Amino acid sequence: MSVSSPVKIKIDGVEVTTYEGDTILSAAKRAGIYIPTLCYLDGLSSYGGCRLCIVEVKGSPKLFPSCTTPVSNGIEIITNSEKLRKFRKLTLELILSEKPHICSICVANGHCELQDLAKEFGVDHLRIEREWTAHKIDLTHDFLVIDHNRCILCARCIRACDEIEGVHVLDMKMRGKDSQVIIDMDEDWASSRSCTSCRKCAMVCPVGAIYVRDKPFSEIKDKEIAKFILSRRGS
Amino acid sequence: MKPEDILRTAREEAEKQGFYKYRINICCSSGCLPFGALNLLKAFENAVKEFGVESECKVARTGCPGTCSVGPVVLVEPGGYIYQNVTPEKAREIVKSHIVAGIPVKEYLYANEAFFKKQLRLVLRNAGKINPMRIEDYIAAGGYQALIKCLTKMTPKEVIDEVIASGLRGRGGAGFPTGQKWNFVAREKNALKYVVANLDEGDPGVFANRTLAEADPHSIIEGTIISAYAVGAEYGYIYVRAEYPLAVNTLREALKQAKAMNLIGKNILESGFNFNIELRLGAGAFIAGEETGILASIEGRRATPRPRPPYPATSGLWGKPTLINNVETLANVPLIILNGGDWFAKIGTPKCAGTKCFSLTGKVNNPGLIEVPMGITLREVIFEIGGGILGGRKFKALLVGGPSGGCLPESMLDLPIDYESLTKAGAIMGSGGIVVIDDTACMVDTAWFFTDFCVDESCGRCVPCRVGLLKIRNILERIMKGEGKMDDIDLLEELGVYVRDASLCGLGQTAPNPTLTTLRYFRDEYVAHISEKRCPAGKCFKEPASMEVKE
Repeated sequence: MSVSSPVKIKIDGVEVTTYEGDTILSAAKRAGIYIPTLCYLDGLSSYGGCRLCIVEVKGSPKLFPSCTTPVSNGIEIITNSEKLRKFRKLTLELILSEKPHICSICVANGHCELQDLAKEFGVDHLRIEREWTAHKIDLTHDFLVIDHNRCILCARCIRACDEIEGVHVLDMKMRGKDSQVIIDMDEDWASSRSCTSCRKCAMVCPVGAIYVRDKPFSEIKDKEIAKFILSRRGS
Repeated sequence: MKPEDILRTAREEAEKQGFYKYRINICCSSGCLPFGALNLLKAFENAVKEFGVESECKVARTGCPGTCSVGPVVLVEPGGYIYQNVTPEKAREIVKSHIVAGIPVKEYLYANEAFFKKQLRLVLRNAGKINPMRIEDYIAAGGYQALIKCLTKMTPKEVIDEVIASGLRGRGGAGFPTGQKWNFVAREKNALKYVVANLDEGDPGVFANRTLAEADPHSIIEGTIISAYAVGAEYGYIYVRAEYPLAVNTLREALKQAKAMNLIGKNILESGFNFNIELRLGAGAFIAGEETGILASIEGRRATPRPRPPYPATSGLWGKPTLINNVETLANVPLIILNGGDWFAKIGTPKCAGTKCFSLTGKVNNPGLIEVPMGITLREVIFEIGGGILGGRKFKALLVGGPSGGCLPESMLDLPIDYESLTKAGAIMGSGGIVVIDDTACMVDTAWFFTDFCVDESCGRCVPCRVGLLKIRNILERIMKGEGKMDDIDLLEELGVYVRDASLCGLGQTAPNPTLTTLRYFRDEYVAHISEKRCPAGKCFKEPASMEVKE
């Protein structure tokens, strides 16, 4: 990004100097202030879907997703209020109750960003009834697997496939609660001719929805590899 | 063509129509067509021929005068006589008595004078009076003269200033000041800009924009052209739902005729201004009516809203500055240009100038399409224009603002209709739907019905709307089945506030309104369901299908 005029903002009382066009999230990151994220991944475009990174801006009744909201001079941001903590916890509860997420039988157990966040926010039980509808598991590909029962619809895989690998094999079908990640025109993974089997979707998947068969999870979900690739390809 | 040619057409057409002593306008919009409006058209033509009054009586197909519950309706001018439930047999009688002998047939007339008394029809000025399929009719009624005034006498900045002075606010629901929005787009320095007219009216029970497009498409087109001139755009889209086939046809024909008269195209009326409009049909998603959802849909993508900023004014269609207005907003513009912003600002309330169209439906005696000045109270709308509750039953609540509006109780009836008052009460102006609910309805069931609609229409991008709304619906369903717990009320409130505050777009931010307002005003019904296992309206404790709408 070209160098633009400096912008001064306040995050949790700390004065931070950043530049025009920067987002609240990246400004906070550089200042060493933590904001939880889930659908956001450095190097991919911002999606604004998970709403974990919402912050308050003083003087506005609205909440802002920090990953998509650009900074503007003089704003004061609160990243961690009681309301925000409550909302973030509720977000995690809702994600966990949307699909039959059971950590003990999940391949990603111990390497799952959703699990880590749930631990962090103390989600040890659900007040909301869960959905138990069974979803499809596509096992047709030689080594890539997509299990829709575990998908949290964060669209990281779609963005990585489109923006980094540049093939746009993955996309979303239907809407609302019926949304589902699809391969090509909703085909089996094995019959996809556009998929390059690059595994980036598995690398960026925060949960156990897309993974590589017969590979240790510590290796598939090694975010350092993903980060390396993403940082080399630019944003 | 030159501006003088348009003015000459207006004169000639007015003269031609002046030959006729009577004009029989037959409503051929979506409300009356299924009841045989086209047969009626033929019946009237035959009757006029039979009695030999062709030279003094013109039979025309028009749009809707608003009295949709008593269709097919026929409007006889002069005098504005509206005949209700007209049949081909009645048609002959009407011609014989009213046209030939000059005596209106009293027993067939629409008797509810109160329906029109408190209305102020500005946007719907031509609805039911002109033939929407003929541009000459619109021009003879003063149409396109605002455009001529803009192109010949006003600079784009003057046009924007006039709209700012008028105090016009977006009629799509959010009520953003229109002139200010135009200003944002106008000041963008980009050779390519777009304007979009939003006619994706997806709410159940709302038909104001559809009726406008079917009755007076040129007012929308004229407003769109003026907005494009003001912001400096050369391309525009009118986005219509494909479920409105008649509106689509009417607009298509209107665009063709406007093109033929050089009101759209290159060098419009020799002013040097170029502007082209294309029609885009929606594929049936409610969310495509959202400001950024509509952009995605026009670009050919899945209609999913995206976070703002960047606002469409800076980065809209294909990344270019884009102006998006609701068609009702645009239809106001020609009037503002012709009569001046000050004239418009005097109508309604100081903060909310002008009028608003409402689709009045539900348990009310005179349902239909109405247009009222801002600041009128809900009581006046329901009990004077609407004629009170159907069957003499008791008023219980009304839902303002479509499926994501709020349910307001009797104590709120004296609330004036304007953006701020409605928002404060927990409702929204929204698309302009008013559903009147009588004492036979269960409020939990009502909340469930509208939440279910929004669950269905959520795009699925953000968690609060996709999952939060679904859970709200499930909890309501549980309460209706008699399986509710007292904790559920708190949980509903917590979820409702969360979905409202944390959602990405306007759909999620307003979708919990029916639940939150019924909790606020009708909490006792929830408690009765949970603790006494009793439905005060005697509806629940079965599968929730009581309000299912069949399309």
